Amino acid sequence: MIREPLIFEISDKGKRAFRLPKLDIKAKKHVFEGLAIRDEIQDFPQVSEVEVVRHFTRLSQQNYCVDLGIYPLGSCTMKYNPKVNEKVAALDGFAQSHPLAPADMVQGNLEIIKLVEDYLGEIAGLDAFTLQPSAGAQGELTGMMLIHACHQARGNPRKIVLIPDSAHGTNPSSAHLCGYTVQEIKSNENGTIDLADLSERMTEDVAALMVTNPNTLGVFEYDICKIAEIVHAKGGFVYMDGANMNALTGICRPGDMGVDVIHINLHKTFSTPHGGGGPGSGPVGVKAVLEPYLPIPRVEKKDGAFVLNFDRPNSIGRVRGFHGNFLVVVRALAYMLSLGPDGIREIAEIAVLNANYIRKSLDKDYHLKYTTPTLHECVFSDKFQKEFGVSNLDIAKRLIDLGVHPPTMSFPLIVHGALMVEPTETESRRDLDMFIEAMKQIAREAKEDPEILKTAPHYSYIRRLDETTAARNPIVKWERGK
Amino acid sequence: MYPNNYHYTKDHEWVAVSGDTATVGITDYAQNHLGDVVYIELPAVGKHLDVHQTIGSIESVKAVSEVFSPVSGEVVEANADLNNSPEAVNQDPHGKGWIIRLKMKNKGDLQALMSAADYEKYLEGLEA
Repeated sequence: MIREPLIFEISDKGKRAFRLPKLDIKAKKHVFEGLAIRDEIQDFPQVSEVEVVRHFTRLSQQNYCVDLGIYPLGSCTMKYNPKVNEKVAALDGFAQSHPLAPADMVQGNLEIIKLVEDYLGEIAGLDAFTLQPSAGAQGELTGMMLIHACHQARGNPRKIVLIPDSAHGTNPSSAHLCGYTVQEIKSNENGTIDLADLSERMTEDVAALMVTNPNTLGVFEYDICKIAEIVHAKGGFVYMDGANMNALTGICRPGDMGVDVIHINLHKTFSTPHGGGGPGSGPVGVKAVLEPYLPIPRVEKKDGAFVLNFDRPNSIGRVRGFHGNFLVVVRALAYMLSLGPDGIREIAEIAVLNANYIRKSLDKDYHLKYTTPTLHECVFSDKFQKEFGVSNLDIAKRLIDLGVHPPTMSFPLIVHGALMVEPTETESRRDLDMFIEAMKQIAREAKEDPEILKTAPHYSYIRRLDETTAARNPIVKWERGK
Repeated sequence: MYPNNYHYTKDHEWVAVSGDTATVGITDYAQNHLGDVVYIELPAVGKHLDVHQTIGSIESVKAVSEVFSPVSGEVVEANADLNNSPEAVNQDPHGKGWIIRLKMKNKGDLQALMSAADYEKYLEGLEA
């Protein structure tokens, strides 16, 4: 197959997609004289409309997306994004309103911000939310800053944040960025937090514990209330990474478990598009004690109208321009309203059912290091296949041949050769069976013909990439003639 | 596989001692689990390290991991060759893939470490 050229490589001087009609009035010349105006953009691609359309259509056809099939990327919650959400977000009142419009011109938009904050508060069992953070990791940093501000106001910002060894890599990064030293808590044989290790490390130097629940193995931290007690007894806060909220919606509430701060990923749990499909959104919720520190402005209702309150002296300030990724928030609201309370509970029920259907169907073919019951995802390893020289990478690459997006690989780190599968609630029994059959076929191939796995993928547009060279000598900039 | 005259940690670092100089690297087991190493963050010469203090991080195609100092002392040399050829850690973990040399502060630190035979036994336990 021929490699799709870069758009720069199909550029020809003078080509363009659109030509303005000839001026029928007198041209005004030299209006920008004296200003620093660039007369040419070096190497700006010059292509016709049909070339642009074909180039990007071809690229899109080489891609895999949730609109094509199951996308069981563990921890990422790649659920289907209902099209009605797009329709709602495209309404002029939302899409065309200016982020700096005065409050009295955008009452409906402000009401949406307040409504979503309140709904998330109800779902998470917390007292107040901010919708500013534009993704999960920024939510984590915001949460850490709120904790820091509160400890600071009490006279001592403290030094340490405790994080379990099964955590997402962003957790230690966020704590570190906020100036904290990170200490790791060991997992016990069930894959959950070791209470003895936690008790020992929990001192009055510890600002917070960052915990993901259910954790990255998909295991619910059964001792979460006891964990919160241990942390609170020494004056620390419990931060919950809400990446796995899809397992809990409408069933139980982090706030009731003793969680003080949480971030929720609207692009995971609330079905807004991921990555290139649209920006993320990582709202942060807090208990009342942390509310004074939330980012400004706050949307409040005063004399029957919504206003923006900037007068909050304890606030950590803005964490993002304007009001966060507002149109993502609109999509999430459309999703919540179309499901209703019962539907929101059903998200978690079906997500957990689907993941356990996969786990049960494959537990003879793939090794499960932790046999503790799991919720919305399950983590297999390549241990059985290693015997035949087949690694999780080979399994993942072969899945591409079989028309399935591979699961998350080599994470969490406490499982060697991990394959972390999260089907989400949006997959039908038929699609789950297709995935299971593909995984079973690969397990058979590992025994009978491991070479087919080691050289996979065979049918994709691009085959196996040299990731090592790409990481050691990355070429991140195109230059003409090179 | 594991040189008899080296000392080993549970975190899969090795130490080779010559006089009061300790050379530190990661074991074959560690490099095998990391996969292809693409970057090694080296400490500054002159830096003092305590036992179990972070030397730096190792980035592979799979993950980023920390390397801990098995003994206390002052960094006298960091393996600058690793900047251009991090693959040495994969190809020759117990030799050319060494990471730092330390001037040891306390030879007694070695007593807490494992011999090659003990380390191999420890690995068997991990595989099970």
